[in-house]
Amino acid sequence: MQINFEDERPIFVQIAEGIEDAILTGGFVENGQIPSITELSINYRINPATALKGISILVDEGIIFKKRGVGMFVTPGSVSRVKDKRKKLFFDHYIKNLVAESQKLGITKEEILNMVERGYEE
Amino acid sequence: MKGIEVNNVSKSFGDSLALKQVSLKFEPKKIYGLLGRNGAGKSTLLNIITNRLFPDNGEVTIEGLTSIENDEAQNKVYMMSEKNLYPNAMTCKEAFKWSKMFYQDFDLTYATKISNQFGLDISKKVKTLSTGFSTIFKIVIALSVNTPYVLFDEPVLGLDANHREMFYKLLIEKYSDTSFTAIISTHLIEEVSMILENVIIIKNGEILIEDSCETLLKSGYTVSGTTKQIDDFILGKEVIGIDTLGGLKTATVIGNIDKNKVPAGLEITGLDLQKFFIKLTNEE
Repeated sequence: MQINFEDERPIFVQIAEGIEDAILTGGFVENGQIPSITELSINYRINPATALKGISILVDEGIIFKKRGVGMFVTPGSVSRVKDKRKKLFFDHYIKNLVAESQKLGITKEEILNMVERGYEE
Repeated sequence: MKGIEVNNVSKSFGDSLALKQVSLKFEPKKIYGLLGRNGAGKSTLLNIITNRLFPDNGEVTIEGLTSIENDEAQNKVYMMSEKNLYPNAMTCKEAFKWSKMFYQDFDLTYATKISNQFGLDISKKVKTLSTGFSTIFKIVIALSVNTPYVLFDEPVLGLDANHREMFYKLLIEKYSDTSFTAIISTHLIEEVSMILENVIIIKNGEILIEDSCETLLKSGYTVSGTTKQIDDFILGKEVIGIDTLGGLKTATVIGNIDKNKVPAGLEITGLDLQKFFIKLTNEE
């Protein structure tokens, strides 16, 4: 998980997405513990309030749950939950950018479709 | 009344006005960045808060107590400054013990522990320390005093990259454990910006910005493209800075932007604190 300080996404959003990524790739497993606010803020050198804000997004969405005095854990079922959420965002994040960039370069729709085919073959 | 309040404080040195009717508030348990160019008035402000300078006008209160000649108020504040106020013959270890006489909550065990982490030999005399280790020595004290307010005046002066990194990590760790108020005055903004919760920008003795770091960074964006595109785009917008490179232009704009309404070919990026600061404090 990387934080990019020049990214236009706020740091707390990057923290939330970074943890989601780790859940998707198995870095954090369901029912497993995730790092504390302190550990996250020390590791990424960010203000603890920022780390807390990122984690709160995931707690509100039910992806992470807190056990008082113990720590924070990945909610069972989170992998499919995060996947569903990401699929919804896939069009906005990837397809729109793909179309915008290809228009800039003058790549036609047919060429893109061919490239997608090629991407699956390689 | 919690926090440090600065009310209408002015200070001049001879003919030059170092602070002009400055009013601001430091709330408890937050990390502040006090940012300003050389001579902007950062150190003057910190010195007034810690009773090393008297204001010409106005007053400072620390948790509701007047800051002037008031031990009860000053015991709540520690300032790490560029000047070294310890007797020359004293070793670091003795200086730690000496600090404990003034600040009851000074943690000797912690001071020794982090000195080791930094590689500071505490049996050395304070005056024989190199520039870097002299700063480290002062950092160790500032992180060990356990006062509710700690003021850091240029805390990373002369530190190499590893030691700066270590300082930032220890600061966050300490802040997470005890949540004191840290006020960091610095011009190395890029490094410190993500640690700050609130930002105060001071220019020519006046407060230009007093806001949360997040709000500040959300308050604008930079946009780049060809000169013609940018000139058209920024028409009627509040622009605080422009950089030109050949036929390309980058503008720093205050305001919000709907990402879906950006003309093709323009690139939008977020503000970063350092660039924002430079644009705001440039004398032109």
